[in-house]
Amino acid sequence: MLYREALNRALDDTMREDENIVVLGEDVGLYGGSYRVTEGLYAKYTQTRLIDTPIAELSIVGNAIGMAIGGLRPVAEIMTANFALLSFDQIINHMAKYHYMSAGKITLPMVVRFPQGVSRQLAAQHSESYEQMLCAVPGLVVLSASNPNYAYHALKKAILMDDPVIFIEHELLYNKKGEVDFENPIDPFKIEILKEGKDITIVTYLKMCDDVLEAVPEIEKTLNRSCEVIDLGALNPVDYEGLRKSIEKTSRIVMVEEDHKTGGYGAQIVSWAAENLFYSLDAPPLRIAGADVPIPYNRQLELSSIPTPDSIAKEIIKWGRQNGL
Amino acid sequence: MDKLLLEEIYYLMVLGRDFEYAAKEHYMSGDISGFLHLDIGQEGFSVGAMKAFEKGDVFTTYREHILAIARGIEPKGVMAELFGKSTGISEGRGGSMHLFDPSHFFYGGDAIVGGHLPNAVGCAYARKYQGQNYGVMAVFGDGATSGGAFFESLNIASAQKLPLVFLCENNRYAIGTKIERVSPFEKQAQKAKPYMPTVEVDGMDAIAVYDEVKKAQEYVCDGHGPIFVEAFTCRFEGHSMSDSNSYRSSQEMSICKSKDPIKRVRKKIDPSIAEELETRAQKTVDDAIEYAKNSPLCDTAELKKNIFTKEIAHVVS
Repeated sequence: MLYREALNRALDDTMREDENIVVLGEDVGLYGGSYRVTEGLYAKYTQTRLIDTPIAELSIVGNAIGMAIGGLRPVAEIMTANFALLSFDQIINHMAKYHYMSAGKITLPMVVRFPQGVSRQLAAQHSESYEQMLCAVPGLVVLSASNPNYAYHALKKAILMDDPVIFIEHELLYNKKGEVDFENPIDPFKIEILKEGKDITIVTYLKMCDDVLEAVPEIEKTLNRSCEVIDLGALNPVDYEGLRKSIEKTSRIVMVEEDHKTGGYGAQIVSWAAENLFYSLDAPPLRIAGADVPIPYNRQLELSSIPTPDSIAKEIIKWGRQNGL
Repeated sequence: MDKLLLEEIYYLMVLGRDFEYAAKEHYMSGDISGFLHLDIGQEGFSVGAMKAFEKGDVFTTYREHILAIARGIEPKGVMAELFGKSTGISEGRGGSMHLFDPSHFFYGGDAIVGGHLPNAVGCAYARKYQGQNYGVMAVFGDGATSGGAFFESLNIASAQKLPLVFLCENNRYAIGTKIERVSPFEKQAQKAKPYMPTVEVDGMDAIAVYDEVKKAQEYVCDGHGPIFVEAFTCRFEGHSMSDSNSYRSSQEMSICKSKDPIKRVRKKIDPSIAEELETRAQKTVDDAIEYAKNSPLCDTAELKKNIFTKEIAHVVS
């Protein structure tokens, strides 16, 4: 099943069971979604539940909040993270805070979904990643889906839970294929070990999971060491216990992320590891992240602005050699 | 207007004013901190609107103590919130600007100007979807009518024919900036005219506000889509306790105060009943102050309560 089909199936399976679930966003209804995630749902659930909105991102999230206050379970789609910036007042000042500010009296069972990241030459205003900003806001659950199985189960859980969830997808993952085990729900708040190993823990998420897995054979062959690859899945709250177990086993942590390095999401993970696991570490932590530059259009420049399987392998091998591996 | 209703409106207006003066006094003495936006002078607007819109969801701004009380929320819970006590209606997490009570369908206290309008639109969508027939009311000031959230909300509410009353309290000042200096219109309803019918009302006349909001609610509940009601008011105090009100001349202030909405309603009430109501209002405020003073402080061990729901609290360490 494709990643976008898994997301579609999660929407369909939950909407079928609960008529309070509605979807809203630009082109989500009649058109079927810019990335075809909502394809076919308009015909099934009509325009009252697949709500085509004007291009007004502040209102897409703001209206979803009001719908949730009114007793619905809205799933808002923002076309990309870049456009979600227009809705940040609603996300940060309202969605994240109403539950706390109201002493728990208001609950917002809602999801805001959007894809992000570098795709193919979409330039600076269509290529950003914003998980670092959203995870810095107390009150938001932030999930990132790296594969169809997680996408299905995590989106379903996000829709059915009572907390407001930011659900991050990646532009290049929509056509990724993978098995979905419908019978066995996963806990989206637990890390997933994508590959076991004993010498280096590589922590990553979203599309970088694929890039890291592609880089691993070269790293293992060259350093003659084994890598454990972890997909965080939930970016807030983080399964620190799961991370701790892996890092205590390997004594090394490498963080790989696509967003800009300065203030990037991985800084929090590495800082946590340095504060809590310093004496378990046999090497300084390594962070591999995007360059601090607006994402350029030209393909060579674009690729040089983010980690790739090749650059990930090179950096980890260099770091390994500097640190006795 | 029905005699009992008029007396109730009078009582709530006096209660509101006494409440605000008590809040002011306790702000000066240090019991209340942060930002405190008083509604003195606009009681006719706040009480008239809330009594008219008795059923249905209400989304308001941060100048909402009287709106909350007129909706039926206990004054002592509101005062305790101002005092930052655990017995406050937001358990001391919100303060003056953030009074929420879903059991009264009151989502008050948004301190981002215009930020609650998209929420009201969404709630109106939910109510229409559920077939509920009271509609939703969004209360906001003239200062909220120039931002993007306002225009987006007019557009969507109108396109979707949502049961939403846009109730604008035009007191002509966004903090210290006179509306005419930053808007091409004296009447902000001009901005809504392309989208929906608009109504003007003297916001210093509680009965007129009551009547217009009542009609507006009926209109939106009949399925015609949204309506815009603009009430012209003036506040007797500065924007907040930190505003010295220096931008309004003494002449302007004396005209403003001559429109006192409480005096206007009192003329229509039996003086002995009015006195009785005034005594009752003062007693209620005194009790609220006592309650707030004697309530326990918040427990710092509960700092992180309600960041998330209980469902995922276990995941957060």
